[in-house]
Formats: sequence, structure tokens, C-alpha cells
Amino acid sequence: MNWVSPARLNAMGILGMNRRNIQLIAGHNPRRLYPLVDNKLKTKQLAAAFGIPTPTLRFVVTAQHEIREIRKKFEKIEGFAIKPAKGFGGKGILVISSFRENAFIKTSGVKLGEKDIQRHLSNIIAGLYSLAGTPDVALVEDIIQMDPLFNGYSYQGIPDIRVIVFKGYPVMAMLRLTTKASDGKANLHQGAVGLGLDIVTGKGLRALQFGRPVLVHPDTRNPLDGVNIPDWENILNLAAGCHEMTGLGYIGADIVLDKDRGPLLLELNARPGLAIQMTNGEGLLIRLRKIEAIAGKMRSTRERVACALDLFRRDQKSS
Amino acid sequence: MQTDIPRVKLYWIVLILILSGLSLTWLRHTHMQIPLKPGKDTIVWLVEARVDFTAYQRPVLASLSIPNNPPGFKIFNEQAASPGYGFSIVENKESRRAEWSRRTAAGPQTLYYKIQITPQAENKAPPADPPSPLAPVYWEAPEAIAARTILDAAISTSSTPESLSRELIKALNAEQKEQNAALLLARRSPEDLLTRLLAQAGIPARTVQGLFLEAKRRNQNLIPMVEVFNGKEWVLFHPETGVQGVPENFLLWDRSGPSLLDLVGGSAGRVSFSMLSQRIPALEMARIQSSNKAFSFLSMYHLPIEQQGVFRLILLIPIGVLVVAFMRIIIGVRTSGTFMPVLIGMAFLQTSLAPGLFYFIIIVAAGLLLRGYLSHLNLLLVARISTIIIIVISLITLSSLTAIRLGFHTGIPVTAFPIIIIAWTIERMSILWEEDGMREVMIQGTGSLAAALLAYFFMGRPLIAHLSFNFPELNLVIAAVILLIGQYTGYRLFELHRFAAMKDTNV
Repeated sequence: MNWVSPARLNAMGILGMNRRNIQLIAGHNPRRLYPLVDNKLKTKQLAAAFGIPTPTLRFVVTAQHEIREIRKKFEKIEGFAIKPAKGFGGKGILVISSFRENAFIKTSGVKLGEKDIQRHLSNIIAGLYSLAGTPDVALVEDIIQMDPLFNGYSYQGIPDIRVIVFKGYPVMAMLRLTTKASDGKANLHQGAVGLGLDIVTGKGLRALQFGRPVLVHPDTRNPLDGVNIPDWENILNLAAGCHEMTGLGYIGADIVLDKDRGPLLLELNARPGLAIQMTNGEGLLIRLRKIEAIAGKMRSTRERVACALDLFRRDQKSS
Repeated sequence: MQTDIPRVKLYWIVLILILSGLSLTWLRHTHMQIPLKPGKDTIVWLVEARVDFTAYQRPVLASLSIPNNPPGFKIFNEQAASPGYGFSIVENKESRRAEWSRRTAAGPQTLYYKIQITPQAENKAPPADPPSPLAPVYWEAPEAIAARTILDAAISTSSTPESLSRELIKALNAEQKEQNAALLLARRSPEDLLTRLLAQAGIPARTVQGLFLEAKRRNQNLIPMVEVFNGKEWVLFHPETGVQGVPENFLLWDRSGPSLLDLVGGSAGRVSFSMLSQRIPALEMARIQSSNKAFSFLSMYHLPIEQQGVFRLILLIPIGVLVVAFMRIIIGVRTSGTFMPVLIGMAFLQTSLAPGLFYFIIIVAAGLLLRGYLSHLNLLLVARISTIIIIVISLITLSSLTAIRLGFHTGIPVTAFPIIIIAWTIERMSILWEEDGMREVMIQGTGSLAAALLAYFFMGRPLIAHLSFNFPELNLVIAAVILLIGQYTGYRLFELHRFAAMKDTNV
């Protein structure tokens, strides 16, 4: 077993679970605001009001009786994703890339019949995928066209960028790449690869899978050191804007890059995980303290991003 | 990031809780001589008779036969708890009776009579109060001949009252019953028949009743025995096994004969017994019981025994909760279901460790397999949990029956397992399996079991069991410690391993 002393961790500014829960989540995220991020439909409506782009919502299925006539609605769209509004951990998300010869074809190539789609919708509405099994609604969104930038970096899924936003300032970011082990999902604990991103430039830092360093994507064998996210400041602006939108002080914004529409907000997380520190090789605490020192003044989203970039750029030069 | 303002308030609360908990403990220790350590010597049996009956708006008099200097034991305290009733103990030459009276009462009534006794080997022989003169024995026509035949056979093979009794018991309990014995037993109970036969032979005998003392028994009934007068003293016989003398841990409750409970002004009277063994020095116990000082309010011994037994377990929960809080917040162990480990640990306390562990693993593993099949059926959550609850109940029933069939663990209370909690555990584990794979299930399963074992270990310590029950105010201290743990913002032990990979990045 490999161990590290608490003093060492402290010196590196690593944020632990207890401190995250007490000082960041309990201290900055009022519980009454949680539904805004735990319900994807509410997040979407809110984002629309604040001019934050999200994947296009086609329609919402709210009642079981709507399901019988659902086929007509699907025939008009080429590819789509069905999501439970209150789903968690990527559960219950069904992505259909095309419709041919009376069959819905999943991204993995598996064909599904109309009955399969109907049953899936019925399960979502009954609450099979929602927290604590409460009744839910199903969102049908346009499929995301993956930016060609990520070709060879993902397996049957779309990578997303997680940005930690503290008091409206972006603090740390990573790219989450889907793998065979993660079943096409971008969740680290399920086996997705986390690639730390330089908060100033959007360049790839180091990659981890299951907490262990990796150099190439485990399925495509593509080396991971050349990743460089274009239009980085724009992505940070989008993430930072979620602070005004939700009122939450400590959030993780998940952003995808669409070939045609550019960065889109996929979902928000009021309890973002700690693994991002390992992909960045740096503790969150030091950065959070620095932000705390400069926060307080009223600034616009763009000003905050510029301010944070400035702060972290100076750090990188001095070290 | 700092949330320091409410923290000062919290430290005050913690301080007040700790001070009040400890000072109450100290006061009760010094004023009431409640020992801080469990006594290692005397066993004290608390035996409680509970009388239930229905009263109908008339003056009530309930008279219960109670032990009178029972052989093998010493009574050092007796009490009656029955609000609204006048209580007295009526003694005469042959019997002692507890009498409750009330001007008027209606509806179901419950009266309690409690004694505390300690085993005392010197007090072995039942006192030789002389028998009352024998009344002639009357039999019905067919019985008379059968009785005569059995008695003649027994007399011919015996010489003393004791040997005659033994021969009679043998004849009445033979595996292949003789026709005469079968005829008599069809109409009368063995103990009644035995006394009548002995009386016919001119030997005074009487039916008595008593209790086998076993830890934590509830709803027990008296067991009939037969006492035979051998000319000098009374000798006790078990009417079925023929064993002579007072068995170990047998409390002779009623020797007076006529009836256990006499009831005037009520009906449907029923007497049931519960008992509890304690390891507190008899002397201290007596003091606790008799003291009427201010601090005795907190003494759990004021409660009826049945409730005392329950509270012994309930008052252990804070320790278990503390263990779980420590394991999760300081160590960083992941458990499935926050407080499931405490309840499992308590179940282990009741089943004892090895069989409890065995049953628990079997039930959860089998439940997981069946739950795996359920997920193909696409059920709604409530229906699924309900099905799992029924599965768990069936598994528990099945394993109990199997254990009995195989002839071991006859006394294991598998019912101690919290059924609903186990059902939820299975459901969560199963979802975890589908979503995050086998590895996560093993991690959380091992974590839960480790926490349960640690909780079991602490809750099973005699010192902790003693303190938690005798000083319930110590819960304030535990609450304070938990409040402090809740403020801990440092690293969890397992995080020191999780973030170990960070070492090779240069700071």
C-alpha cells in the first residue's frame, strides 16, 4: 500500500472529502438551490433564460399515455438522446444515432424496436432511474455531434469537460474521456479516463484511469499528451456564467463540444468529486484560497474569468 | 471558505453537554454508590410476574401466590408496580400471597410483581412444614382399578416414599405405556395423577410450580413439579423425568397448592413471567432499588423488566452510532446504508458472532442472487423492495428451519436481524452492482461488515454495556463527541492512500 502523510497533503493543498462537505458544499451551496441542478429540465430552462447554450430540447414526455403516440414525434428527428430529468450518474440515458428500416440504431450499433423505446420511456416516467424512485419526466434532446477534435479520444460516447467554478471563478478543469470500461459514460469512478487541463491554456496535463496514471487512451491507444482544447476562454466563460444562473457557490459544470454549435452546458453538479486534483497534479485548496482573497467585488462573468486567468498565469510564471 | 462564526457556539454546546453528562455520572456514582465498573461476582435474577385481567366496574381483589423462602435462592428485594392499586403481602403458615385491591376498575388491567433473588447454595432444603392430614382419594370406576394395579406394581418394587415416587414416575412415563397408565393419563395431568397415587399409598404429596431461570426470557409459564413428604422433609420430583431434588436454576414459585391467582371482580386472569440476569453486586442493587434520592430518577431499574431488556439494547445504539461516525468521517470507510452496520452489530449481539455472521452473509448473498433476477422484471421501486422484504423473510424462516433440522443453533434468534434494513441493503448493493460493478460492491460490503464488527466489539464490552445502562446520561458525552467529529475538516485515513499518487508531482 502506498501512503502519504497528512502534512504533505496539506502542503500540497489537497481538498479532502470532509472539508469539501463542510466548508464548500454546506458553506456555499444552500440546499434549497439543489433542485436547480438535480433536475435537468429545470437546469435547461434556467440556462435558456440566462443565454447559456445547452443541447436542443425536442420535447418532454411527462405522462404514460403520451407514449403510445410517440413514434410520430421521433420520425421527424434524425438522432436523439432520451434522458431522465432526475437521473444521476448517467443512468437511463439512451442515445439513438439514426432510424432505419423501422429500427432505432444505438451509437454502439445495436438495433432497438419501437417497443423498446416505449418501455424505456415508461420506466423513466415511473421513476426507475430517478433518485429515491420518485416519478420523473423524460427529456428528448438532439444528439450531440462530437467535435472531430476528439476523434480517437473516446469510445462510444462523447467526452465532456468538467470545470470547477468557485464563487463564479473557474478554478480547475479536466477532460473526461469515455472508455469501454466506463460503457461509453464520462464518469471517472466507472472507468472513464480523466485528463487534467491547464486552467490557463486548456492544454492536457496528465491522465488517470481508476486512480492510476495512463499515457494512451486504453481503447484507441491514442497518446493523450497532445490534447489542446481550442476556444478555451469561451468555455470558461460558459462555466463561470453558471454561478449567476444557479446562485451556487461551488459547482462542477459539465460542458460538451458540439461540431456545429460549439460548447454546450450538459449538466451541473452541486457536489463535484475530488479526483480532478489528481489529474491536475495540484490541490484545489491553494487555488480556492487565492480566489477567496480576490472575490467579493462585483464583477461580470467575463471579468471574473479574466481575473482568474490572470491570477493563475502569474502563478505559473513564478513557479 | 471559512465558516467559523457558528463554530464558537458549537464548542459551547459541546462543553455543556460533556460537563453535564460527566457531572451527572459523578453525582450518581457518589450519592447512590452505583459502581463505575461492572461487578464480577454475584448474579442477580430479576423475575417479574405480570398479571393481566379484565375488570368490570366492581371492587377488585387480585391475590397472587409468591415465593416463600425458595430453596437455592435468597430474596433480597421485592416490589409491586401497579398504579391505582393498594398492595400488601399476606403471609400465613403455608403460603405467601401478594394482594392488590382497588375500589373500582374497568377494562384490561396489568399488575406487576418483581423480585430480585441471588442464588444461595446453603438454602437448599425446603423447610419441613408438616403436611396437612391426608384426604381420602376418590377415583371414578374404571380409574380405580387402573390406579390400584399401577400402585401395587410400584409398591412391590420399592421400599421408601422416594423410591415409590420414582417407580410411579417411571411407570407413568414409560415409552410404551402400559394400558392402565394410558387410561389414567388420558384424564389427568401427570403431576396431578402422581399426587393422587401417592396419597392413595398414604404418602403426602403436593403439586408445586416453579420457573427455570434463563437469561432474557419473556412470557414464560410456571412448570408443575411434585413434592413428596418422606417423613422428615419435602423432596422435589420432576413428574416427567423423575429427577429428584431441586434442579439448578429452578425457582420454586408456588408451594401453597390451591391456586396461583385468585381474582375477585375481574375475569380472564393470566399470569406470565419474565426474567433477566444481571451481574451487578447484590448490595449495590439493593441500594439503587431502595433509594429515593433525587438522582434515582435516571435509574433504569424503575422500568418493568421487559422494558429494561429492550433498553439495554437501545442504550447501546449511541456507541454504535459513534463507531459508524468515526469509521466514515475519520477513517473514510464506505458503508452501504449509513447506520445499517449498527443494526447488524446489534443483531450479532443477540445471535453471538459466528452464527450471526454466517446467517447474515448467507441471507444477503442469496438475496442478491434473487434480486438479480428481479431486475429483469422491470418492477417499480416500491414493488421491488416489497418483494425483497418477502424474500428476506422467507430466507430467514428457511434458514431457521434448516438449522433446527440439522440439529444445531436451536436457540439462535435469527429474528434479531432487522428485516427491512437488510432488504434495503440488498437493493442498494444490487443497484451498485449494476451501475458500478462488482468491485464497488465488495468495497462497500467489506466496509459495512468491518463497521458492524467494530460496533459489535464495542457494544459487547461488559464495561460499556454496564455504563450505558446504569449511566444513560453518558449519552450526552457521546453526542458531544459526535458533534466534534461532525466538525472535522481534516483528511480521512483512506484519503492518505487515495491521494498517494500525488506524491510524485513536484510542489
